[in-house]
Amino acid sequence: MYLSELKKGETAIIEAIEADDLLAKLFEMGCVPGEKVKMVLIAPFGDPVAIQVAGYTLAMRLQEAAKVRIRKDSFSSQNIKF
Amino acid sequence: MFNAITGLNQKVSNFPGTTVDYKWADVKNARIIDLPGTYSIYPKSGDEQVTVSTILGQKTGFEPNKIIVVADASNLKRSLLLCLQVIDLGLPTVLALNMLDVAAQKHIQIDSKELSNLLGIPVVEINARKKQGIDILEQTVANLKIPTKVFYQINPAIVEFLEELRIVINTGNIYKDLVMAHQVSSASHERQNIARVFSKYEFETGKLQARETVERFKQIDEILIECITKTAHVTDRSNFADKIITHKVWGLLIFFALLFVMFQSIFWLARWPMEVIEQGFNSLSSYTIHHLPNMWGDLLANGVLSGVSGVLVFVPQIMILFALLTLLEDSGYMARVSFIMDKLMRSFGLNGKSVVPLIGGMACAVPSIMATRNIENVRDRLITIMVIPLMSCSARLPVYVLLIGLIVPDTTQVWGVLSMQGLVMLGMYLVGFVAALLVAWVFKIILKQNNKNYFILEMPAYKWPTINNVSLVVWGRVKVFVKEAGLIILCVSVILWFLGSYGPGDKLQQVEKKYSQSIYKDSTSAQAQMQAEKLEASYAGHFGKWIEPAISPLGFDWKIGIALLSSFAAREVFVGTMSAIYSIGDGEGHQSLKQKMQAEVDTITGKPRYSMPTVWSLMFFYAFALQCTSTVAVVYRETKSWKWPLLQIIILTGMAYLASLAIYQGFS
Repeated sequence: MYLSELKKGETAIIEAIEADDLLAKLFEMGCVPGEKVKMVLIAPFGDPVAIQVAGYTLAMRLQEAAKVRIRKDSFSSQNIKF
Repeated sequence: MFNAITGLNQKVSNFPGTTVDYKWADVKNARIIDLPGTYSIYPKSGDEQVTVSTILGQKTGFEPNKIIVVADASNLKRSLLLCLQVIDLGLPTVLALNMLDVAAQKHIQIDSKELSNLLGIPVVEINARKKQGIDILEQTVANLKIPTKVFYQINPAIVEFLEELRIVINTGNIYKDLVMAHQVSSASHERQNIARVFSKYEFETGKLQARETVERFKQIDEILIECITKTAHVTDRSNFADKIITHKVWGLLIFFALLFVMFQSIFWLARWPMEVIEQGFNSLSSYTIHHLPNMWGDLLANGVLSGVSGVLVFVPQIMILFALLTLLEDSGYMARVSFIMDKLMRSFGLNGKSVVPLIGGMACAVPSIMATRNIENVRDRLITIMVIPLMSCSARLPVYVLLIGLIVPDTTQVWGVLSMQGLVMLGMYLVGFVAALLVAWVFKIILKQNNKNYFILEMPAYKWPTINNVSLVVWGRVKVFVKEAGLIILCVSVILWFLGSYGPGDKLQQVEKKYSQSIYKDSTSAQAQMQAEKLEASYAGHFGKWIEPAISPLGFDWKIGIALLSSFAAREVFVGTMSAIYSIGDGEGHQSLKQKMQAEVDTITGKPRYSMPTVWSLMFFYAFALQCTSTVAVVYRETKSWKWPLLQIIILTGMAYLASLAIYQGFS
C-alpha cells in the first residue's frame, strides 16, 4: 500500500519510494526505507497531508505520498525507532 | 547564532527558506558568512543553491577556511546528513548543537562528547536565543583542524568515473569532485567530451544522490544509537495546536479571522499616534510660517515639513503591520498557512509556498520576491514573482488611508464595533489578492509546466516569538521606510514646491496683478481663487495640464496627474506630492491635507473634486499599477532578464488604467 492511503492517526513503515525525481529530496528529508511514519494531519481541502517522520512533521501532497510504498506497522505506537 | 557571534541584528525566522541570501560580517580578523539552511549538499531550490555554491567557493571566489554546522538538537538525524557531507569535503568543521532546550522538552538527551568522538570533529552546545555557549564556540573555531574521519565510501565505479573527469574537475578532495560532478550533470553539458564521460558511466544524479543519502542515514542511525537517549514517549504540544490550526473548518476560520483582526487593528491602534503626529506637524509648520515669513519659511513649511509629515504619519501603521506579520512568521504559523492553502493555490498555478511571499507582499514586495527562492518549481516561482506586486504593500497603505478618509467618515461603524474605514481597507486588500490570483491563473494557462512539481515542506515546531526579534524587524523596516521613502519624498516635495511656486514667463505675475485690483481686495474666496490660478500657471501646472488628456477619462485632474507620475518612483510619494501641491501658496498651513482635499471643488461642475467615482478609480489605479522602482530592480535580479520586469510593468499598469477607466466611466 501507499502512504496516500494511510488514514489519520495510522502508522506504517516506509518500504520504498517509487519515483526517481522525488527520491533524493524525500530521502534527505528523512523518508528512508525502514523509517516509521505516522499520518498526523490532512489539510482542509483533503490535500496536502502531513506525516510524522524522523521526529518532526513533514508536509507533502497526495501525489507525492502516492509514490511512497509502505507496509502497515505491526508494532505499537510507543515503539520509537531512530 | 550569527547575531550572537557578530553582535549584529539580523532577523530570525521560523519558516524554512526565510534566509535566502548570504549575509556576512567581519569580526576579529575573520569574515563570518551566514548561509540559508539546506538539508543536504545537493541543492533543491534557489536558496539552497546559494549555500552550496558558497561552501564550494564558487560564489565568493574563495573556499571557506572553516565551517560551523548548526544543528537542531531536537531533530539531530536530519541535521547530521549535511554535517557528514561537509566533513567529507575535508573542511575544518565544528558542529554547533542548538535548541537543546526543545530537545529536552521532547525528552531527548544527547551525549555531545560521544557524538564528537564518533564524528571526529568538535561538538559545541549552544543556545542561540539566549546567546549561551558562543564564547566556547569561538575558541573552538579558532583551533579548528581538518576532520579525522571520512564517512562516505565512494563506489569504485564512480571513483573511476571521477578519474576520467580529472581534466575538468580536480579539487584535491574526491568527495568534492563528486559534488561538483553532480552540479555539472544538472547543468547543460557544455563540452562534448564531458557529456560522453557522463553517459559512459551512466551517471544519474538523482539515483546516486538517493543512494548516498540512504547510506549516510544508516551511518547516522549507528551514531545516534551510541549518543542519544529518549526517556519517554513524545507528546508534542505542536501536534495539538496543529490539529486545530489545520482543521477543515477551524483552520480556515482562524486564518481569515487573523487577517481580519490584522486590518482592523491597523486602523484602531494607529489612530491616536497618527493624530498626534499630524497635529504636531501642523503646529510646527504654522510656527515656521509665522517666524520665517520669507521664501525660506515657505519652502521649509510647505515644501519640506509637509513632505516629511506625509511620511511620518504612516509610521505607526507600518509598525503594527510588520509586528503582526513577524509574530505570525516567528511562531511557525506561516508554514501551516502554506499547508492549508496549497490545494487552493495550486488551482491558480501557484503553490502552497507562494502564500508566505504573497502575505509578505502585504508588507513589501521586495523581500517577498526574494523569499520565492525556496519554491523549487521554476514556473510556480515565476508566477509568484509576477503577481506579488498586486498584493497591497505597506506603501499603498498611506494612499488608501488618505483616499478612504475622503469618502468614508471616521465615525461610520458597522454593528457598532467595526470601523467602516477598516472594512473598506480590507476590501482593497482583497481586491489586490483576487487580482493576484486571476493574473496567476492566466499565467498558468500560458506558461507550460515542464519541471518537476512537488510540495514537500517541513512544518517547524511552534515557538514563542521573542520580543527582541519582533522589535528588531519592526525597527529595521521603519528605518528603511523613513530613510528611503523619506529621502525620495523629501526630494520630490522640494522639487514640487519649486515647480509649483515658479512658472514660465511672467504668467504668475500676471495672475498676481489681476488679483491685486481693488475689486478683489479683502475677499478670502478671491485669495483662494488666486492661489489656484497661480498653481495652474506654474511649471507643475503646465506639466500636469500636458498629461491631463490621458488621465481625464479616469476622473483625474492635472493635480492628481502630477502625484501619479511622481508615484512611479515609489507609491507612498503620492501623499507627499499631494501635501506639497496643496500646501503651495497655503499661507497659514493649519489645515490637514485631508481637509484641503475635501474642500477642493471641480471648477467645471462645481461639485467636490474628490467624488466617489474619482476616489475609487484612483484607489484601483494604485491597487494594480506597478509603481515601485525597487520592485522592478529586484525582479530583474531574481529572473536575470529584463523580459519579466518589463512584462510586469506593462501588464500591471495596463490593468490599472483599464480598471480605473471602467470604474470612473461606469460610476459617473
